Amino acid sequence: MLKFLLRRLGVMALTMFVLSLVVFYFANLEPNLKKLAIFQTQTRASQQELDNWLERNGYRDNFFIRYGRWIGVVQQQPVMDPETHTIVPRFRYCDEPSVPAYNGVLQGNFGCSTAFKVKVQDKLPSALVATGILMFWVMITMVPTALLIGVLAGMREGSRLDRGLSILSITSTATPEYVSGIIFTVIFASWLKVLNGSAATATSEGISFYNFTLPVMTLAIYGVGYIARMTRASMAEVMSSQYIRTARLKGLSFGQVVMKHALRNALIAPFTVIMLQLPWLLTGVVVVEAIFRYQGFGFLLVSAASNNDIDLLLACGLVSVTLVLATQLISDIGYAWLNPRIRIS
Amino acid sequence: MLQNVGVLGIILGVIARFWPVWLALGVLLTLSFLYRRKLGLYGHVINSGVGFAGVTICGFWIFTALLAPLVAPFGPLEQIAVMKHALPGSIEKVSGIPFYFGGDKLARDVFSRMVYGSRIVLAIAPAATAISLMVGSLLGLPAGFYGGRIDAFLSFISNLVLAFPVILLFYLLVTPGIMETAVPYVMAGFFFIFPILFFVALFYTGYSKQKNMLILLLGITALIGGWLYAGLVFDADPLGIVHIEPNELNIFVAVAFASSPGVFRIVRGLTMDIKTREYINAALTRGERPWYIMLWEILPNARGPLIVDTCLRIGYTTILLGTLGFFGLGMASESPDWGTAIKDGSQFLRLYVWPALVPAVALMSFVLGLNLLADALREQSLRD
Repeated sequence: MLKFLLRRLGVMALTMFVLSLVVFYFANLEPNLKKLAIFQTQTRASQQELDNWLERNGYRDNFFIRYGRWIGVVQQQPVMDPETHTIVPRFRYCDEPSVPAYNGVLQGNFGCSTAFKVKVQDKLPSALVATGILMFWVMITMVPTALLIGVLAGMREGSRLDRGLSILSITSTATPEYVSGIIFTVIFASWLKVLNGSAATATSEGISFYNFTLPVMTLAIYGVGYIARMTRASMAEVMSSQYIRTARLKGLSFGQVVMKHALRNALIAPFTVIMLQLPWLLTGVVVVEAIFRYQGFGFLLVSAASNNDIDLLLACGLVSVTLVLATQLISDIGYAWLNPRIRIS
Repeated sequence: MLQNVGVLGIILGVIARFWPVWLALGVLLTLSFLYRRKLGLYGHVINSGVGFAGVTICGFWIFTALLAPLVAPFGPLEQIAVMKHALPGSIEKVSGIPFYFGGDKLARDVFSRMVYGSRIVLAIAPAATAISLMVGSLLGLPAGFYGGRIDAFLSFISNLVLAFPVILLFYLLVTPGIMETAVPYVMAGFFFIFPILFFVALFYTGYSKQKNMLILLLGITALIGGWLYAGLVFDADPLGIVHIEPNELNIFVAVAFASSPGVFRIVRGLTMDIKTREYINAALTRGERPWYIMLWEILPNARGPLIVDTCLRIGYTTILLGTLGFFGLGMASESPDWGTAIKDGSQFLRLYVWPALVPAVALMSFVLGLNLLADALREQSLRD
């Protein structure tokens, strides 16, 4: 088990390294840098001035040196103003150390957000907490609903209940968040007027049933179908196995067989699916936060990308990749731990 | 005040506008129903309720896309100023034809845009899926067949792509700035080589004993493949027929890139499973080459799950395209595709629901049709 764990951690670290390189490369493409330089200097700066700005702030250094600075394994040099010979920070709203120092992600410094004019690490935690709350409520509603639908459908394969629930889950997997968000808003906010079509107040006044139901519902609905289908398949397989037949022949009632024998074994496979659903939720979160104007991680990612906020985009990329890899690891370990048949020695 | 045809008028009018589609659909379904015993898997699928619904919905959208100019009363970009945010069913004075599903914020007919939008979606989604199918197969087969280092390396690469949340991938890969760099063209060059490689490998292994046939087939592949390749990647088609806008190429490549690792995983898993069968051992004993076994023994026997997956994947690709449109990535801002239309409509959603609701329902119904079809196919292949 320890060897398996170490191996997995090693692969994860390598993946993390390659992915951070890729993210860094794409966020620092030449057009993005040029846009940044135009935004930071005067609008009518000449090409020469733009190049000077990029040169002075270290954007023209070797790619790997810049990557090392961002990660925090290469020292960051203070920026010197050529005219006044004083040290000025890259962006005037973020202070930087005045002596060469290791100052990167590993030291907890994610850089400076040009869109919000604050340090990235001042902006990121609150957004992550906001999204965490959203994710929590989605999981709380999505997982039990999906498992219930899956177990009920898989209990008696081919029954009318199975057919009905299967059609329902297929429909839900065909409804991406930007479609269900629109449909729910139209029904519950515009026509019935029972729910708020915007979660903007959730950030300022705290969450309530009125402003938070629609985002949670929208986000949950796309995942429900998928998890339910997996649970159904797993349940149907367990229900047709020998030990269930033995239990039935022994004289146990159908309900007892389902509750005591089938359920536990049928829920192993969906566990992996639920864990792997988290990265999917991440894309959904971005869509839902855009539709319902909720200021969380997705909102940050969208504003970073659309405002050419390189440091913030890098941080968002790093966080989401870490999240995905962590869930993959947990799901692998959890699966090996839950399922005695594939225990790795 | 604009005149309105009312709810009944809208329903009857829309049904009437779709007459060429009903006609084509009727012919298709009648023919499939008459010859269902001779049509193998497809015949079985259409015989089940779910399969029939799936085929009908998919057929409906395919014919709508093909016959869009006949169905849509207005052009996708045609603006008629008085019809801005017009109610569904409002009659346009000059032509006397109603805006069945109302007008959008730029006074365009929502119904016509939905119809024309199906063209974009149905052109890109299946084509991108086909590319990712060939990339996934060509890499998944050796990974599953040989195992070991090749497998470890290819699986690592595919896990790299899978570890990217799709939305981040899109925000990094589909930006206006990236079109100034070589990245989309390098990626297109990489991905579009796979269909050519696929067919070359297929013919080379399959017809190695019939020299004339082999030369003919390889020649055709090189000609058609090279022509499409030149047109799509370098925009240098000598005949000037094959042409793709840079932003469309960007979208296409991003979507194919995002869905290739999924195909890779499935093909790899299927190959590992089929590899242990008796007939593969027989072929190995006969002394067949590995690539012959992969392409002519394993791939045809993996077709069942692959067809089901392809159906689901086209639906998933449609959802991805919608996501791109919804975030205004890649697509031109006036494009009638469903994702962009949903984005545009959702700005004024609380006041005017129809510009967003119509494309949303269209997208959902198409994906639903594909999912139902996939479900029916899976059911049939399990029965065999």
